[in-house]
Amino acid sequence: MSINVYLYIIVMAFATWLMRVAASLIMKKPIKNRFFQSFLYYVPYVTLAVMTFPAIVEATQSPLAGAAALIVCIAAAWFGQGLFTVAVLGCVTVLILELFL
Amino acid sequence: MEKGRDVFMQGYRHGIPIGLGYFAVAFSLGIAARDYGFSAIQGFFASLITYASAGQYMGFALYATNTTLAELVLLMFIINARYILMGFALNQRMPEGTPLSTRLLVGSCITDEIFGITIARPGIPTPYYTFGALIAAVPLWALGTALGITMGNVLPARIVSALSVALFGMFIAVIIPPARKDRAVLGAVAVSFALSYASVHLPLVSQLSQGNRTILLTIIISAVFAALFPRKTEDISEGGAADEH
Repeated sequence: MSINVYLYIIVMAFATWLMRVAASLIMKKPIKNRFFQSFLYYVPYVTLAVMTFPAIVEATQSPLAGAAALIVCIAAAWFGQGLFTVAVLGCVTVLILELFL
Repeated sequence: MEKGRDVFMQGYRHGIPIGLGYFAVAFSLGIAARDYGFSAIQGFFASLITYASAGQYMGFALYATNTTLAELVLLMFIINARYILMGFALNQRMPEGTPLSTRLLVGSCITDEIFGITIARPGIPTPYYTFGALIAAVPLWALGTALGITMGNVLPARIVSALSVALFGMFIAVIIPPARKDRAVLGAVAVSFALSYASVHLPLVSQLSQGNRTILLTIIISAVFAALFPRKTEDISEGGAADEH
C-alpha cells in the first residue's frame, strides 16, 4: 500500500511551509520582552554557526581541506569580503588542496 | 522609501551565490533521491515546492519505508522546527500593523540561507527582497536535484567535494562581520562551534538527527547568551531604524 508520490510530495511541502509561516500567523507586533528580544538576536548567528561546524569538515573528501576552507572563509569574511567571494574562496581552497591530499 | 523593483533585484543578486551552493547540495540530494525511487521530474517538483534540504532528505528516505502521511507531517514539523524560530526573528523586525499578507510572504521564503541574508540586511524585512533571493536560488535547487537523479555519478567526486563547501562559505560570510563588531556575537559563534563539535561525539545527543541537534543547541546557546548578555533596545531595533531616514 503505497501513497501516490505526488500527494506525498505536496504534503511534505505543505508541512514544511506551515513551519515557515507559523510565526507570521501568530505575531501581530514585535515582542517587548527583553529576554525574548535578546534571544532572537542571537538565534540566527548561533543556528548558522552550529550548522557550519563540524559539517564543513565532513562535507569534503579530505577533512583537512574542509578545515582549511573554514579558516580561509573566516579570514576572508573577517576582512570584509562579500557572500559570493567568501563562498568561491572556500571552493577554490578545497579544489586546490584535494589535488595534493 | 526603497523602490520595490530595486530591492527585488538586490535580493535576486544575493540569491545567486546561494543558488550555486544549493545546486551542489541538491546534486547530492538527487543522488539519494534516486536510491529512494524518485524520478527526475518528481525530484524537481519536490525541490521546487519544498526547498528544504534536511527535510527533503528525510522525506525522500521515509517514502521508501512506506510511511504514513501523518508520520510524514510529524517528522517535517520536527525537522523543520528551526524555521519557526527564524520566522519569529523576522516578524520581530516588522512593526505593528504590518499586513498579514506581508508577514506570510516573507515567512514563505524562509530557508536557512535566505533567512541569513534577510536578517543581516538592515531595515524591515520585505517580500521584495526575500522573493528576489528565492526566485534566484530555488530553481537551481530544483535543477540540481533533477540532475543528481539523472546523472548522479557523472561529476567527478573532487568537483562535488569542492562545491559542497560553497554553502558553508555563505553561512560564514553572514555570521563573521557581526561577530567582528560585537564581542557577544563572537562569543556565541565560538561557543556554537565548540558545542556543535562536541554534540556530534557526545553520547545521547549524537543520536539525535542533525536537524534536532541544531535546534536544541540553538535554543540553549541563544538563551544562555540572552541571559548573560542581554541586548540594549537600540541594538535590536538598529536594523529597523537604519533605513528609515
